[in-house]
Amino acid sequence: MENNDVNITIIDRDGVTHQIEAPTDMAMNLMEVVRSYELAPEGTIGVCGGMAMCASCQCYVKSNHELPEMQDDEEAMLSEAFYVKDNSRLGCQIHITPELEGLEVELAPES
Amino acid sequence: MITTDIIIIGAGPTGLFAVFEAGLLKLKCHLIDALPQPGGQCSEIYPKKPIYDIPAYPEILAGDLTDKLMEQCKQFEPGFTLGERAETIDKQEDGSFIVTTNKGTQHKAPVVAIASGLGSFEPRKPLLDNIADYEDKGVEYMIKEPELYRGKDVVIAGGGDSALDWSIFLADVAKSVTLVHRRNEFRGHLDSVDKVQELKNAGKINLITPAEITAILGGGKVESVEITKKDEAPFNLKADHFIPLFGLSPKLGPIANWGLEIEKNAIKVNNALDYQTNIPGIFAIGDGNIYPGKLKLILCGFHEATLMCQAAYKIINPGKRYVLKYTTVSGVDGFDGTRKEAPKAVVKTID
Repeated sequence: MENNDVNITIIDRDGVTHQIEAPTDMAMNLMEVVRSYELAPEGTIGVCGGMAMCASCQCYVKSNHELPEMQDDEEAMLSEAFYVKDNSRLGCQIHITPELEGLEVELAPES
Repeated sequence: MITTDIIIIGAGPTGLFAVFEAGLLKLKCHLIDALPQPGGQCSEIYPKKPIYDIPAYPEILAGDLTDKLMEQCKQFEPGFTLGERAETIDKQEDGSFIVTTNKGTQHKAPVVAIASGLGSFEPRKPLLDNIADYEDKGVEYMIKEPELYRGKDVVIAGGGDSALDWSIFLADVAKSVTLVHRRNEFRGHLDSVDKVQELKNAGKINLITPAEITAILGGGKVESVEITKKDEAPFNLKADHFIPLFGLSPKLGPIANWGLEIEKNAIKVNNALDYQTNIPGIFAIGDGNIYPGKLKLILCGFHEATLMCQAAYKIINPGKRYVLKYTTVSGVDGFDGTRKEAPKAVVKTID
């Protein structure tokens, strides 16, 4: 079977680095990948389910990947979130695609 | 003291459906919720978003689902304690429980069902060092008593519906209203955005964007706030009240201290039987519980609520006989005296 996984580096909220493989063919987003690997406690990430309405999946993009452009709702949510930096994105709005091979992100603190 | 058969903590879809299932067994329910309206997340976070996996509804808006559930359980006359958070639980000698809210309202029942989802919604507080010192001394995260602001200088921060709506409302009450937001764009209903624009043009709302509150100043109470506009030097603005409205986030809260077994921020239950917790008489249903294979779906909450009610019946009516009845066959007898039933078959001779 063809391998549809991409390699992603995720630094969790305790500063621990995880090298993980994420499937590109399961319509998953970065927030869901973090949950599937349990890199943040349940109930502290993806609270709204992935509607860009809670910012609990905020992460900082550390690598220079070309990511899909921010939609209005993500931009609006980030403008109300805390700990926001220039490289902040909402994990739930980043879909896992082959282009993300080698992506490196850090989870923003819980708020 | 409010007395009932089942105290339900959380008035989201699972809690509301539990009222209906309990009603079929002639059990009365009283719901407690920290939010001011029933519906839980469906009403608070995404009322206008569609859900596609409610059985028999190809598509239904979350807000409409709440309305339908309210309508379905209406004849069983549930009681509500809204805008209050369940704080403590005390087991009585007779085996019943007393649940007390943060405002001191007491509820007594032989069975407690925790249907609290991800937890009670608490305001998200901005990251200002000394903000805790000013809470209820000029800093309020929710507007409970609008009259408090009459004739006062009020600063509101935030960019969503509540920031817009309260700015509009207080424009007529307060001496001055200043709305501060990190961006020039607001996310809210279009008419709210237009109204704020109108009030700004009329000089009734002082709009400062893109900017942030960077400090709170005052001796013992809020006297002014420091506002920093993007790429500009900070300045102070006189304020009697600072109201940060940055939305709500769910927290397990005081339930964590009730002696229940908790795993992954959820309450462990016995899913082989009845969704009871480690404390007999206390159940957990819906998104807030956990067991092997748990799925956080509304439809799973409905199922859990139904089984919980059967177990509650046995606790409340020990030894009493009961067989499952179908609503189509027996109809639904409301506590309000109403009756719903299937129309009788027509028997008529054909000549």
